[in-house]
Amino acid sequence: MEIKNIPLNELDVEPINLLKKMLQIRKFEEKIEELFLVKGTLIGPAHLYLGQEAIAVGICSALKKDDYVITSYRCHGHAIAKGVNIKKLMAEMFGKETGTCKGLGGSMHAAISPEDGLIYATAIVGSQIPIAAGLALSNKYLNRKIATVCFFGDGAVNTGAFHEGMNLASLWKLPVLYVCENNLYAEFTHITRSLSSKSIAERAASYNMKVFIVDGNDVISVYKVAKDCIEKIRNLNGPIFIEARTYRMKGHGVYDQAKYRDPNEVNEWLQRDPIRIFKEKLIKEKLLDEEGYKKLEREVINEVEDAVRFAEESKVLEFNELEKLVYFEK
Amino acid sequence: MREITFVEALREAIKEEMKRDEKIIVLGEDVGRYGGVYKVTQGLIEEFGEQRVLDTPISEIAIIGAAAGAALGGLKPIAEIMYMDFAMIALDQIVTQIAKMRFMSGGQLKIPIVIRTQYSLGRAHGSQHSQFFPSWFVNSPGIKVVSPSTPYDAKGLLKSSIREENPVLFIESGVLYRTKGNVPEEEYTIPLGKADIKKKGDDITIIAVSRCLNEAIKASNILEEKGISAEVIDPRTLIPLDINTILSSVKKTGKVVIVADDVKFCSITSEIAMQIIENAFDYLDGPIVRITSPPLPVPFSPELEKMYMVDENKIIKGIQQNFGYKI
Repeated sequence: MEIKNIPLNELDVEPINLLKKMLQIRKFEEKIEELFLVKGTLIGPAHLYLGQEAIAVGICSALKKDDYVITSYRCHGHAIAKGVNIKKLMAEMFGKETGTCKGLGGSMHAAISPEDGLIYATAIVGSQIPIAAGLALSNKYLNRKIATVCFFGDGAVNTGAFHEGMNLASLWKLPVLYVCENNLYAEFTHITRSLSSKSIAERAASYNMKVFIVDGNDVISVYKVAKDCIEKIRNLNGPIFIEARTYRMKGHGVYDQAKYRDPNEVNEWLQRDPIRIFKEKLIKEKLLDEEGYKKLEREVINEVEDAVRFAEESKVLEFNELEKLVYFEK
Repeated sequence: MREITFVEALREAIKEEMKRDEKIIVLGEDVGRYGGVYKVTQGLIEEFGEQRVLDTPISEIAIIGAAAGAALGGLKPIAEIMYMDFAMIALDQIVTQIAKMRFMSGGQLKIPIVIRTQYSLGRAHGSQHSQFFPSWFVNSPGIKVVSPSTPYDAKGLLKSSIREENPVLFIESGVLYRTKGNVPEEEYTIPLGKADIKKKGDDITIIAVSRCLNEAIKASNILEEKGISAEVIDPRTLIPLDINTILSSVKKTGKVVIVADDVKFCSITSEIAMQIIENAFDYLDGPIVRITSPPLPVPFSPELEKMYMVDENKIIKGIQQNFGYKI
């Protein structure tokens, strides 16, 4: 599905808000990268969402607060787009008790915040796909008009969990929107060296579900497709699949310099920076000017700086609290 | 009191709980129209409908994954994994997903799932349909592990497991399915984490898990004829393990035999033995004796399988060799 030139004034969402959300993710991730690589404040794995902002924002802007999102370890963008408090998200990166998961999840699970509809974030590739089917099953069974969105990368489509989950979701007509963010690399390997099907969309279609391919670097396209899909999902009528084509601006993890990529390929995609594309579109349509953009950017940077301060000043959970968190006790 | 089979006891537990709580669903391979490969779920689909009793494809990852998602969405799923061997296919979902969800979310998530499964050692099912390995799961904080040995315990423990707000792996023994036992008509539950002294005794403590309980009882009867009084304890739940009931008995008898169907190395018997050493070393009169499966895959040949398995003779032999009894 290709959607071009949708008049911005026909949108039911403020374009500036979309831009702001994307900028929040961009600035948050740039700060994380700096905290790892320049300052050395943070350690452990972290998988940045740089370059993919239009997907999280486009999809999550079509969701309500109580709609469900389940994702993978590349989850900061989804958390921000779904509306998590940025301070809590940052504190989780620092392993502090004020974090979304009290510092017990870290970067890879930071997008677990059920109060924001962020149900789960897993660090095992593909494992969220059958779990998403189960979430959708609960909504269908309880007749709740809640949509479940499941994010995963192109690497996940080669796992057994993908096959089993997709088959079940389609077989049981479960209300779940599967969003594959195809950034062309599964860890360090290009998709052409791991996928036997002609495309991810083609593979998904074989599960007898509706499939859309969307330009994952165009937030409006993503939003429009998501909006239509989510409405259908809410009617509890079975799964839909979106393959959003995009690119990881950086490596697999924060330490990966991604030298295995063809520089031409990288340059080509960097020209298609989703934030720059959208910013230029807004300026062209006179909904924004350079000064307005700078102001917005400053606002977002300050917000991220505040979050870092909050995280730094927060405490680490007492060790003896841990044993109380293994099992639910009445 | 009336007698019913192990399978009937399990079925009653599920039915009673499903009537009590509409959020309970059952899912698994052939649990619906076929009634379950061992008929535990027979009649459920007729009584509760296809919405609540879901036949799945042969997709263990999806069975546990969907159960996990359903639990996160507020349901109380009972997932059946037809053979314990097949749980290995879903090991990521069981060990790395559901057992960790609550902890790594900082306590935000609640995962009330029961995974029922059975091991078929003793039914000539060969190497890939007979394995009993609770240690793979008891080594994963976040999941509880139950292993009943009688119809009475099976019903009471399954009802408690279903009412748990935590994931529970409920391990049944296939050879026990047709065994009968007293089960009252009236409702009851048995709390997790409470061992049961199946037979009182003073001279020796035999701790037996799941199928091996019956073998331990038979051995204790032989011992009794020789004037040796054995106390037989069934831990009933492996996580949480009621070590105190075991220790009280050990302090009384000073002699310990631990019996279970898993292979000895890093097994449930290793753990119980070690906890006894850590907590009651001074009370021991001799080595802790363990009677387990040998370190071999389970052979198919029914004759060889019989030789492979724990039985009362192996228990008696172990006692003779280690405690100097002439039996």
